[in-house]
Amino acid sequence: MVLFENVGVRYGAGPEIIHGATFTLAPGSFHFLVGPSGAGKSSLLRLMYMTLRPSSGRVNLFGRDLDGLHRREIPLLRRRIGVVFQDFRLLTNLTALDNVALPLRIAGVRESQVRQHVTELLQWVGLADHVSALPATLSGGQQQRVAIARAVIARPSLLLADEPTGNVDDSIGVRLMYLFEELNKMGTTVVIATHNERLVGKFEHRQLRVEAATVRLVARPEAA
Amino acid sequence: MGLLRSDLPLGGDGSARFLPWIIGCMVYLAALALAATMGADRLADRWRSDLSGTFSIQIPPNASTTASERERLLSDIVDGVTKMPEVARVHVVDDAEKQHLLEPWLGPGGLPEDVRLPDLVVVQLRQDAPSGIEAVKAQVAGLTPDATFEDHARWQGDMLAFTHSIELLASIIIGLIAAAAVTTVIFVTRTGLSIHRRVIEIVHLVGAYDSYIAKQFLLHAMRLGLIGGIGGTGLAGLTLIGLDRLLGGAQTSLLPALALDLNQWLAMAVVPVAVSIVAMITAHLTVIYVLGRDL
Repeated sequence: MVLFENVGVRYGAGPEIIHGATFTLAPGSFHFLVGPSGAGKSSLLRLMYMTLRPSSGRVNLFGRDLDGLHRREIPLLRRRIGVVFQDFRLLTNLTALDNVALPLRIAGVRESQVRQHVTELLQWVGLADHVSALPATLSGGQQQRVAIARAVIARPSLLLADEPTGNVDDSIGVRLMYLFEELNKMGTTVVIATHNERLVGKFEHRQLRVEAATVRLVARPEAA
Repeated sequence: MGLLRSDLPLGGDGSARFLPWIIGCMVYLAALALAATMGADRLADRWRSDLSGTFSIQIPPNASTTASERERLLSDIVDGVTKMPEVARVHVVDDAEKQHLLEPWLGPGGLPEDVRLPDLVVVQLRQDAPSGIEAVKAQVAGLTPDATFEDHARWQGDMLAFTHSIELLASIIIGLIAAAAVTTVIFVTRTGLSIHRRVIEIVHLVGAYDSYIAKQFLLHAMRLGLIGGIGGTGLAGLTLIGLDRLLGGAQTSLLPALALDLNQWLAMAVVPVAVSIVAMITAHLTVIYVLGRDL
C-alpha cells in the first residue's frame, strides 16, 4: 500500500528534516504517526498525499513509484486517498452536503447517487440536521465531522488524518478514533498523525515514531 | 443545474465584478466598428453595381442653338446610342434630377432659372462589351463635336479603395478590441486563480484534474462575457438606430448606410456569443497554463 525507502525530506536548501525513512504500511493496517510538534509528521503525510516530493529515496503508493509520476496521473491516485486536515479545509462557500459531495462530483458520480450517499454519510456522522449548513455556522467538532465525511465518502483505500483531534476535546477525540477504526475494519488503511500521546495510548495500534529526523516503526505500542 | 454548479466562489471576486462592464464597453465599440464595416461593404456594393460599365455623355449648352434644336440633338444622340449593340440602357438626366444632384452644393432651389445646365445622358454598357465606350464616342462625335464623356469607372476605383480602407480600419479596431478583451480575461482569470489558490489546492487534493477547475473558470467567463456582450451589443444597436433616425434625412450616396438589414442585425446578434466563446476559451487556456506551471 505505502512503501518508503530511505526517504529524505528537506525544504529549500535547508537540512533534511527527515532522513533515511524506511517503512511499509500493509493494506488494511492502522498506524499512528506520532512525535513532537515540528518533527516532520505533516511532511510525511504530504509525501503520502503527493504535495511534497522526497529530496532523496523512493516513495511507492499503490504499487506506483511517485518519482517520475506525471502530473496527469496524480488525480487518479489521489482519488484513492482520503485526507483529513487539522484545520479541516472545508470550502466555506459550500454547504456541508456540497463539501462532502466534492470527491464524488469530481469523480463524475451521478448526482442522484451523490445526494443519496452523502445524505447517508452525514447521517452516520451525526449531521443529518446540518446538511444545508455552511461551515461557518457549524461548531469545530461538526466541521471536523464534515471534513472526515468528505475524506471517506469515496471509500478511499488510504485515509490520512493530520491531527484530527487537535481541535476537539478528548471525549470527542476518542469518538473520532472509533470512527476511524470502523473505517479500518471496512478495509481502509489508516494513518493518523497526532502528538496526543494520551489518546494514542488508549488504542493498540502500531506507531510510526518520528524523532530526531528519523522514522521508527513501533510494532507494539508502549503501555499508556 | 449540475453543469453550471461551481465549487469555487468566483462570483464574489472583485476583479470579476467589473469584467462585464469592460467587456460591455469593448463590445459596444467593436459592434459599432462591425456596423461601419458592413455599412462600407454595402456602400461599395452599391457603387460597384451603379458605376460598373457606365459613363455619362455631357452636351454643354450652346448659346447659338435654340431649345428645339437642343432637344432634337439630344433625341438623335439617345436614339443612336440606344440602337448600338454594346449598349444595355440609356438614361437622360432630367432637370429635376440635375437640381437634386446640385442641391448638396447650392441648396434646395438654389439654381437660378435662367442658368442653363448641360444635357446629361447616362449610358450603361452590356457586361460583355466593356469597351463599347469608344464605339459610343464615335457615334456621338458624328452628331456633335462638343459632347464630352466621363467614364464612371475612372473614379469608381478610388471610391472602392476608400470603402476598403474603412473596412480595413474597422477590422483593425475590432482586432485590437478583441486583443484587449482577451488580455482582460487573462488578467481576471489569473487574479481569480490567485485569490482561490487555497480552494483550488483542496479541490486538487480530492482528485480534481486541472480541466475540472478550468471548466469552472470557463463557465464563469462565459456568463460574464454574455452579460457584457449582450449589454454592449444592445447599446450599439440602439446607437445605430438613433444615428440612423438622426441622419435619415441627410443620407447621401457618399455616406455608408447606417440602417442594417436583417442579415446584418443577425451578424450583430452573434457578437455577444462570439465574445462569450472567446472569453471561455481564454479562461480555460489560462487556467490550464497557470495550473500546469505554478501549482
